[in-house]
Amino acid sequence: MKSALLRYLPLLLLAIAWELVSRLGLVSSSALPPLSDVLKSWYELLLDGDLTGNGFASLYRGGMGLLLAVVVGAALGIAMAWWKPANVLFAPIVEIFYPLPKSALIPVTVIWLGFGNGSKILLIFLGCMIPVTIGAFNGARSSEQTLVWSARSMGASRLRMLWDVVLPSAMPELLNGIRTALALSFILLVSSELIVAREGLGYLIGFLGANGSYDAMYAVVLTVAFLGFAADRGYQMFMNWMLQWREQTQ
Amino acid sequence: MARTDAVAEQETLALEAPGRSLVRRILWGAAHLISIAALVIAWEGLARSGTFTPFVLPSLSSVIERIWSDAQSGELAINTGLTVYRALVGFLISAVFGILIGLAMSRNVVANWFFDPVVSVGFPMPKIAFLPVVILWLGVYDVSKITMIVVDAIFPVIAATVIAIKGVERELIWSARNMGASDRELMWQIVLPAAMPQILTGLQVALPLSMIVAVVAEMLMGGYGLGGAMMTASRFADSRGVFAGIVEIAIVGYVLVKGMSLLRRRLLIWHQEANEPTTA
Repeated sequence: MKSALLRYLPLLLLAIAWELVSRLGLVSSSALPPLSDVLKSWYELLLDGDLTGNGFASLYRGGMGLLLAVVVGAALGIAMAWWKPANVLFAPIVEIFYPLPKSALIPVTVIWLGFGNGSKILLIFLGCMIPVTIGAFNGARSSEQTLVWSARSMGASRLRMLWDVVLPSAMPELLNGIRTALALSFILLVSSELIVAREGLGYLIGFLGANGSYDAMYAVVLTVAFLGFAADRGYQMFMNWMLQWREQTQ
Repeated sequence: MARTDAVAEQETLALEAPGRSLVRRILWGAAHLISIAALVIAWEGLARSGTFTPFVLPSLSSVIERIWSDAQSGELAINTGLTVYRALVGFLISAVFGILIGLAMSRNVVANWFFDPVVSVGFPMPKIAFLPVVILWLGVYDVSKITMIVVDAIFPVIAATVIAIKGVERELIWSARNMGASDRELMWQIVLPAAMPQILTGLQVALPLSMIVAVVAEMLMGGYGLGGAMMTASRFADSRGVFAGIVEIAIVGYVLVKGMSLLRRRLLIWHQEANEPTTA
């Protein structure tokens, strides 16, 4: 406990500096409202239900988009590593879309599906699929040939082998790809909601900012930042748990 | 295991006659073009068949026409130039300061004490959420766009630099010291080159991120730039303009990412990875 406190002391100091700078009037309180005011308006937003309603809208979009990206992306990546025609067919497409700055898709998905949930889910799906595909592809391709051979010589069917040998050995890289996708999904979610939306945390940030209630805006910004941070930490714990068997076998 | 794989690979290579492998390579190369061609034909065909309205999917030929007319009016050059300028300036600032902060963290206890929690909390945050705050502070001009890019792109560089330097083999440092290398020589001739591959990997994460953030920042703040032009087109329900924008941004992104991986190969020509087959 004490060591954790010492470790995160710089963050605490930054928070105190924030409070002091704005309380002492070194910067205007509209540009940087005191942290205590921000926390107060965070609590008010929570009581209003603004935070939970918009938060759930955002998490639903992010979760759905990411789920689709993981399922389709992993299947595509493993298929590309496992079956050469799939590789020939999809590798050029993946290579073209990989360097595309995914935020450029925002107006296109709006043209296709409008301002609501659909366009955000499609955006996050399209944007997050490529890192998952690449992770699954690299992982499945690197599965050790000796393992594949011995499984085959022991009479495993192709499908069985896919499930028992290829998928587990692809797992570490696949999980890393999903971690990249998770970070990307937050970026795409927030930016698309800032640009075009009628609900969601990004929309709330823009709305509060346009109304000049900056302490509430800061409260939502910090909430989004914290959600992204917590999602990554939670995912890391999940990843370690999933990969436990690797440490045990080594 | 890697060794046996390499041996097996060499054997299969040796088994194939050189002439046949050339033919095969050309055939596979042609096969790779098939899907691109199919994509292009499907786009044009679907758009022309009237399955979708021209608003939802303008035909590729009309989009190319639009890009051509943008190019002739000079607007394309201005928008592309501005977007690339912002992304690259932000990227370069992140690269220089990211490496410097990473170096400081691995050499100085106080710097490490201060930056370690900041990086470990700041890296996974969606920093794009701070965009309205940056606008509030710095307005909607280049300074705030570039600031936003730096805030996003600097973290992967710092993290990669710290990990890279930590990973430099102790034996290398010991032997250099033993042979009488000074601190400065040690840094420039041993530590930085040995850490180079991983630092470059961090930069390869930061560059596409810079483009993503540049486009979002332009979309939100308006004005010139590829993202701003796309947003204007979208407001006027000009879907040809939107699709032209995405094609232009895709090409810019492709050129930047390819350029970065060429640079990596050039810089690491001495490294063993230069002999390995490229994946991308």
